[in-house]
Amino acid sequence: MMSTTMGHEPNGTPGWPKTAKEWLFTLDHKVIGVWYLIASLAAFAVAGMAATLMRIELGSVGPDITSDGNIYNLWLTMHGAVMILGFQIPALLGFVANYAVPIMIGAKDMAFPRVNALSIWMLWSGILTALANLIIPDHFNGMWTGYPPYSLTDLAGNTALYTTVVVTIGMSSVLGAVNLASTVAFMRCKGMGWFQMPITVWAVFTANIMQLIFVPVLAASVLLLSLDKYLGFGFFNPEVGGDVLLYQNLFWFYSHPAVYVILLPFMGIIFEIFSTSAKNMVFSYKTTVYAFLAFIPASGDVWVHHAFIAGLPDWLRVLQSFTTLLISLPFGLLMLSLVATMYKGSIQYTGPMLWAMGGWMMLVFGGLTGIPNALSSVDYGISDSYVIMSHFHYVMAVSGSMAIFAGVFWWFPKLTGRRCKESWTKLSAIGFFVGMNVVMGPLYIAGIAGMPRRYMDYQQFADNTTIVNMQYISTIGLYITFASVLLMLFTWIHGMLKGEKSTQNPWGSQSLEWTSTALIAGQGNFPSPVSVAKDWHPYNYIDNPKPAFSSS
Amino acid sequence: MRNKSLLLKAWGLLVALPLLPSLVFAFQSTTARRASYGGLTPQAHWEELWTEVMWDITIIGGVYILVALVFFFAFKAKSKDGVGASPKLSLQAVIGWVMIPSMLFLGDDLFLYVKAYELHTQMREVPANAQEIKVTASMWNWNYDYGDGVDADNELRVPVGKPVVLRMISEDVIHSHYLDKYHVSEDVMPGRITWEWFMPDKIGKTVITCREYCGPNHSKMFGKLIVLSQKDYDAWMAEELAAVMDKNTSSQQVASITTGAPLSIKAVQ
Ligand SMILES: [Cu+2]
Repeated sequence: MMSTTMGHEPNGTPGWPKTAKEWLFTLDHKVIGVWYLIASLAAFAVAGMAATLMRIELGSVGPDITSDGNIYNLWLTMHGAVMILGFQIPALLGFVANYAVPIMIGAKDMAFPRVNALSIWMLWSGILTALANLIIPDHFNGMWTGYPPYSLTDLAGNTALYTTVVVTIGMSSVLGAVNLASTVAFMRCKGMGWFQMPITVWAVFTANIMQLIFVPVLAASVLLLSLDKYLGFGFFNPEVGGDVLLYQNLFWFYSHPAVYVILLPFMGIIFEIFSTSAKNMVFSYKTTVYAFLAFIPASGDVWVHHAFIAGLPDWLRVLQSFTTLLISLPFGLLMLSLVATMYKGSIQYTGPMLWAMGGWMMLVFGGLTGIPNALSSVDYGISDSYVIMSHFHYVMAVSGSMAIFAGVFWWFPKLTGRRCKESWTKLSAIGFFVGMNVVMGPLYIAGIAGMPRRYMDYQQFADNTTIVNMQYISTIGLYITFASVLLMLFTWIHGMLKGEKSTQNPWGSQSLEWTSTALIAGQGNFPSPVSVAKDWHPYNYIDNPKPAFSSS
Repeated sequence: MRNKSLLLKAWGLLVALPLLPSLVFAFQSTTARRASYGGLTPQAHWEELWTEVMWDITIIGGVYILVALVFFFAFKAKSKDGVGASPKLSLQAVIGWVMIPSMLFLGDDLFLYVKAYELHTQMREVPANAQEIKVTASMWNWNYDYGDGVDADNELRVPVGKPVVLRMISEDVIHSHYLDKYHVSEDVMPGRITWEWFMPDKIGKTVITCREYCGPNHSKMFGKLIVLSQKDYDAWMAEELAAVMDKNTSSQQVASITTGAPLSIKAVQ
């Protein structure tokens, strides 16, 4: 019998562990979830600072704060890699998956609590290794994509660090994915069928299935980089019969699905908040679930749209241009379902709802601006320009961040027992939304005017008034965003320390984490095993049967 | 039961309808133009399609956002503990709500795809009379080789009105040769010759710049496309050829230069 100090057998006491030892050696999925949250927010801070420095540098033509290409490219590499691998994926597949999913399905913990602890500490070591890149003299600056042959040159710096970070975080993700998928498949409480799971759970589950399929390919591709660079293997070296394009094919075979690994869970959060705020059943719930699942096959055959101009055969370009367009079907259905969930609702505009609406709106812009990029011939004019950069910031980076922060505000009362100040929450949501639109909207226009991405300067476009003006406006947007992030942090800290005490179910949710555990759930989540009836549903607000507890 | 399945079949037929007009329209408009692409240059053709796509997504987005905003306003909670009253969907309604939007999306996808395919054909078919220029990229330089020993760094001179095809290779890492205003870019890499073609239609200077990350000076890897009148181009070419002749006679190394190809291109051919 496992000792109760390990933290996942029910002991009947609500609240967080009290000692540092319990926090460090915990097997409790909720505590591990919080560790994920801390790691991802720290990563957001670092990667956000990198973005801030870049945006200031780009505010005008010529050097503003640095004239050293290596320093700028370090910021750029750190921004991309840390935002994706350190912030978004751990926040969604770490924090949401670990903290929220088990309580949402009425489980006492994850299926493999020790594996879970291993995953989080592997993630931390991965993130700390990534941060070491800021200190070491031969820092890696080959971009988060690490394309060879550049990443194999001395100029790119320490490629082994890049390989190590990606493989470590990748292994952590695979372990987490096995764990989460098993948890959802086998640990649902008595009576909960597959189609009685919250959409968030479905979304995280689908994303983890995709991780299991695609992450190994990414791990392999970055391992090959180091084999090439340090042991002279030559997979990507044309002089000995290798091919530089092999890497791009392998890399994007994972990294396009990775977009959905991020997108699906954050859409899950938006669904959760939309449905609960409108007190309405998720529109056509089953169809919505199938639309999520459709991303698994649909995402496996579209990677070439990241390489339309990379010298691949024309037939492959037009073929995957078409398969890429097909993504619009499941995506469109999800977007319709989100809006239709509002129909005849009773919508309450709470702070988290405003954050979720911001994420949704960014997703609308992001989804639509994906359509031109999917057309191979249109892409010839905009590939590797700000059009692409702006598009994926809308569709994934900003919308994802807004949804993640919506989730943090959503579960904040469960995490702390207190409420954030609503007016500050709303103000920060509006500020972030406006700020990021002022950053990314003008950059889309600059992209149409020809501005390439990954540039530290643009003196060749000094006569191009569109580009020069848009860069300037974009930098103003940065300051608005920066201020709203500070306000958000302040709101969290204030809420944690001085916020008004929360009631048990502040949002009026029907999901188990709000209805059937203590506000701050203790070890084992539920004092005794919970069960739900056949006609119970997490989004039934009208005549939902109450969950029952067995006295075992 | 039988009635129900009939009804479902009818739905199936009905919802496929939006596909037809969009396809017919797209094919009609493209087959009519295929021979000459409506007399458009690739860049004008690109801009035309870009505008159409922008209209397309603006209309879809506009309608969607409008409906959403109406819902957000109309269904604001009237009391703190109100609940929603969304209708329960029948099976037919569920199928309809999947099929009709899916077919609309698919119809729009196909419509744009057919048009984009036409542009793709134009941009990836080199005209027979195209002038060939060899491009060698290196960190951080573009070299243009016209043959006969004439070459230039970071300045690409071409005569107006004549298509040009660039055959490109890199000596080191991946670069991408982007011609501003011509809406065309293609990666340039070691071990593989890639190409792009364009139709210089206006005398003047435009920017050429690298679009694939290639190290600390990536953003400084730019040059100029200089489109000249045929007369000016011929004069420039004659001058260059004369300079090559001068150099040849003085250095006696005619053989190695007149092959006209940079070493790295020969190596992979
Ligand atoms: Cu370059």
